[in-house]
Amino acid sequence: MATVELRFSALPEHVRTARLVAAAVARRAGVDEAVLDEVRLAVGEACTRAVGLHRSNGVSAPVKVLLIEEEKQFSIEVGDEAPHSAPGERSPGADTGEPESEEDDMGLAVISGLVDDLEVRSGEHGGQLRMTWPTTPPTAVLP
Amino acid sequence: MDLSLSTRTVGDRTVVEVGGEIDVYTAPKLREQLVELVNDGNFHLVVDMEGVDFLDSTGLGVLVGGLKRVRAHEGSLRLVCNQERILKIFRITGLTKVFPIHTSVEEAVAATD
Repeated sequence: MATVELRFSALPEHVRTARLVAAAVARRAGVDEAVLDEVRLAVGEACTRAVGLHRSNGVSAPVKVLLIEEEKQFSIEVGDEAPHSAPGERSPGADTGEPESEEDDMGLAVISGLVDDLEVRSGEHGGQLRMTWPTTPPTAVLP
Repeated sequence: MDLSLSTRTVGDRTVVEVGGEIDVYTAPKLREQLVELVNDGNFHLVVDMEGVDFLDSTGLGVLVGGLKRVRAHEGSLRLVCNQERILKIFRITGLTKVFPIHTSVEEAVAATD
């Protein structure tokens, strides 16, 4: 199992870097060219969401992205360290109509529309979003 | 790549030509531009997305915000887009029902419905 790990400060300008790195590693892992656009968008959405969660919760830790190459599949795990409230529950002082939470939901909506194999985990100490795509093994390289 | 923005007037429409990547970092610039146009009394906008390489949900949020603003003045916000990768994002979010999407600036400018 080959892994590339990326950590970046929760700043909007670094999300693009995460997209580029993820797409490059996905291509190398054998993710179909036609799906790379989806990978780029999905990882961007996941990182945007994590950056937003860190910033709104005042978390200074970096956002962590794991790019995991496995046999026949490629996974991306985006981890944040923001405390998550249970679904339907809002942190004290936050309005339900808060634009930030709406955008957060929108990002997740896009990810679930794009990625068939999606796992979302969250708890008091942070959350993880794991997205998986099938890969086609590289054909033998000609000399 | 950064975001590029330029505006021009065609009849009673204001065409905003967008190029580059619209994401969490660049979307605020687009938001500012749309807010400024509406504040200056431009209520019929055509956003030309043909030069856009990347669009995410933050960008969609800005476009929805723009639509909300022009609608408050009985205006319109039309999009020009032929790129499948961008159109797909509008489709999976159901926003193709919200935005009129045209294949050319000429078509968008001429549309009246």
